[in-house]
Amino acid sequence: MTPTGYFLDHLWLIPLFPLATAALMLFFGRRLPNAGVSVLCVGSVGLSFVYAAGAVFQLLAADPEHRVAQQIMFEWLTPGSMQMTGGHAIRFVADWGFLLDPLSCVMVLVVTGVGFLIHVYSVGYMGHEGGYYRFFGYMNLFMFAMLTLVLANNMLLMFVGWEGVGLCSYLLIGFYFLKKSASDAGKKAFIVNRIGDAGFILGILLTAVTLGTIRFTSQGLPDASGATGILQSLKAAVDAQTLGYGSSVLTGIALLLFVGAMGKSAQIPLYVWLPDAMEGPTPVSALIHAATMVTAGVYMVVRMNAIYQLSPIAMDVVAIVGAATAIFAASMALVQTDIKKVLAYSTISQLGYMFLALGVGAFAAGIFHLMTHAFFKALLFLGAGSVIHAMSGEQDIRKMGGLDKKIKYTYYTMLIATLAIAGIFPFAGFFSKDEILGRAFDRFFLLWVVGFITAGLTAFYMFRMLFLTFFGYCRADEHVEKHIHESPWPMTVPLMILAGFSIVGGWIGWPEVIGGENRFEKFLDPVLKGVLPETGEVNIVHHAVLKELLLMGASLTIAAAGIFLAYQLYCSKRIVPELVAQKVPKLYQLLFHKYYVDEIYDAAIVERTKDLGTLLGRFDANVIDGVGVNGAGWLARFGSTLSMWWDKWIIDGLLNFSAKLMQLFSYPVRLLQTGVFSSYAMLILVGLVILLAYYGHHMQVLLRGAR
Amino acid sequence: MLPIENYLFLSLALFIIGVIGVVTRRNVIVVLMSIELILNAVNINLVAFSRLYGDVAGQVFALFIIADAAAEAAVGLGIIIAFFPEPRNGAGGRNGFVEVVA
Repeated sequence: MTPTGYFLDHLWLIPLFPLATAALMLFFGRRLPNAGVSVLCVGSVGLSFVYAAGAVFQLLAADPEHRVAQQIMFEWLTPGSMQMTGGHAIRFVADWGFLLDPLSCVMVLVVTGVGFLIHVYSVGYMGHEGGYYRFFGYMNLFMFAMLTLVLANNMLLMFVGWEGVGLCSYLLIGFYFLKKSASDAGKKAFIVNRIGDAGFILGILLTAVTLGTIRFTSQGLPDASGATGILQSLKAAVDAQTLGYGSSVLTGIALLLFVGAMGKSAQIPLYVWLPDAMEGPTPVSALIHAATMVTAGVYMVVRMNAIYQLSPIAMDVVAIVGAATAIFAASMALVQTDIKKVLAYSTISQLGYMFLALGVGAFAAGIFHLMTHAFFKALLFLGAGSVIHAMSGEQDIRKMGGLDKKIKYTYYTMLIATLAIAGIFPFAGFFSKDEILGRAFDRFFLLWVVGFITAGLTAFYMFRMLFLTFFGYCRADEHVEKHIHESPWPMTVPLMILAGFSIVGGWIGWPEVIGGENRFEKFLDPVLKGVLPETGEVNIVHHAVLKELLLMGASLTIAAAGIFLAYQLYCSKRIVPELVAQKVPKLYQLLFHKYYVDEIYDAAIVERTKDLGTLLGRFDANVIDGVGVNGAGWLARFGSTLSMWWDKWIIDGLLNFSAKLMQLFSYPVRLLQTGVFSSYAMLILVGLVILLAYYGHHMQVLLRGAR
Repeated sequence: MLPIENYLFLSLALFIIGVIGVVTRRNVIVVLMSIELILNAVNINLVAFSRLYGDVAGQVFALFIIADAAAEAAVGLGIIIAFFPEPRNGAGGRNGFVEVVA
C-alpha cells in the first residue's frame, strides 16, 4: 500500500521554506538586524529538517516494497506527443514533482540535517562579517536548489536543482567578491561545472529520446495509466529485447551523465575548481564542497543505477576515474600547507572513493560513504573554521601548533573526525570505506590496490594535518598566539553533534560478518534493484567470511601505518620532513605544484579560448567593421562620386553641347546683323524675290485669270 | 497708245535701278532719291494699266502715291538731319553716310 501522511503530502514544503527566506533576504535582508536574519534563515532550514524527518518517518511505515511516495505539483513542460524510434507515439511531459524513496530519504536527511548544523555554525562564524544577510540568503537559496535536486522526480527538475547549486556555489565562493582571487575562483567553479553540465544535458536528451520519459519511476503516482517512468520504460525495453545488457545507447547515456557528475563532483579532469573554491567562507566549504553539492553527482549516478547496471563499459569508466581521482588527489594532499586545501583535496579523493564504489556495483556502499563522509568532512571543515577563527584568520598549518590544550572542543572533535576519515574502527569512516574496498577487491584487484594505497595516504595526510595544527609548540606570530580562544557555542555545538554522528553514523551499516545486520544496505535495496532479474543480487553479495575479515584487517593496518608514519614525521620528528623533501626534489615540486594541472589547463585551454576571443575580435574589427561598415560607407561615397560624374560630364555636358550647338547655329545668323542699312534692304529684296519665285505659279494664274 | 509691255519694261527698269540704289549706295540721300525712283516707277505702272483698262482708279492711286512720296521724303530728310549732325571739324559739310558713325 502506498504510504501517505501529512508530511508526505507536503513534500513540496521542504524546499520551499529556505526559498521563502532566501526571497525575504533578497527583498528585506538589508533592513533586518542580524538576529532576525539568523532566526529566519536557520529556522527555515530547521523546519525543512523537521518536515523531512517526518516524511521519512511516515515513509518507513510502509513495507519495503512500497516505500515510494511521489507527488506531482503541476505539469511543467508539455511539448505534446513525440515519435519514438520504435514508431509508436508517446506523450512526453516534464513535471514539477517530488519523489521520496529510500535513496532520497538518505539524501534529504543528510542535506537538511548537516545543512541545519552548518547554518547554526555560520551564525557564530559569520557574526562579525559584512553582508550577513547576503550570506544567509545565498545559503538558503542553495538549500532550496539542493533539496529540489534530491527530491526531484525527474531528470529535468533535478537539473534545475543541479544548476541552482552551481549558481549558489559561484555566489558563495565569490562571497568576498572584492578579492580578486575569490571572484576568479567563483568563475572557475561555475565554468568548469558548466562543462560537465553540457554532458548532463545531452544525457537527459538521449534518455528522453530513447526511453520516452525522464521521470525516474511511475511508482507511487496516483494514476498509473498514461504515466511512465525510466525504470518502467527500461524494463519494457529489456523485456522486448530492444535494449539490453551492453547496449551502446545505454552506455552513451551513462557516460554523458557521468560527464555531468565529473564536473559537479570534482573528478578528473574537472576537479580543478574545488581547491580554488576554498576562497569562500569556511561554512560554505563545509556545506557545499563537502557534504552536499559535490555529492550530487554521486546521487545522480545512483538514481540512474538501472541504466548503469546495464552498461559494463560505463561502470568500468566510472570505477577507473574514481580510483584514479582518489589516489591522484590524495598524493596532492600530502604536501599542502593550507588547512582548507588539505581538506579540499581530501574531499576530491573521497569522492573518488564513492565513484569507485559505484563503478564496481556497490551503489549502497557509495551512498553509505556519502553519508558518513558528510558527517566527518563537514566536521573537519567546521573544525578548521574554528581553528582559523581561533588563529585570527591564519590558515597555514606551518604557522599553527600547540592548540590541543587551548581549544579543547575543537581539538577533540577534529580528532574524532580525523580518526573517522582515516577509517579507524569503530568510527563512521571505517564501515563505509571497508565496504567499498571489499567490493572493489571482488571486481578488480588493481582497483582494490589503488583504494588500499589511497587509504594509507589518507590516514597519513590527515594526521599530518592534525599533528601540525594541534601538536607541538605554537609556531604562530605573537599577537596571533595571544588571541587564541575557543569558539562560541553556535560553533562548538554543531561540532559536537557532528562528532557524535562521526562515531555512531557508521553503525547503521554494521556488516554482517561481524555480527550486524547492515540495515542501511537493506534499506536502500529496493531502489538499487535495476531491471535485470539477476542484478538485484549485485548489491548484496555475501563474501567468504575469512576474506572479509582479512580485508578489514588490511585496511586497518594500512591506516595505522599511515598514522604511524605521520607521527614519525610531524610529531616526534624522528624523520624530518624537509630532508625527505630534499631527497626527492622533483617529486616534491610536482606534488607541491599540483602536477601543474592548472598551468596546463591555462595554457592549453584558457589561453586558447582567449586567443579565439581575440581572433573573433579582430575579425569583428577588420572584417565586419572594415569591410561591412566602412565598406558600406565607401560604397556610398563611390556611388555619390559616380553620380557626381554623371551630373558633371553627362548632364552638364548635354547642356553645354546644346549651348555650343546654338552658338554654332548663331554664326551665320550673326553675319546678317551687319548694322548696315543697305544690307538689310538687300535682305528684304532677296526675301521678296524668293517669295515671288515660290508663289510664281500662283502669280501666273492670277495674271492669266485677269486677262 | 503703245503696247502695254513698253510701259511695263520702263517701269521695271526704273524699279530695278531704284532697288539697286537703295541696296548698294552708301550715301543716305542717294538712298532717298532711289526710293523716290521706286515710287515713281510704280506710278508709271499704275497709270499705264489705268489707261489700258479705262479705270481711273489707277490714276487716283498714283496721285495718292505722289502725295505720300512727298510726305515720306520730308520725314526722311528730317530723320537724316536728326541722325547726322553737323560734323565737328566744320569742313566737309553734312555728309549722310549709311554707316553709323558714333
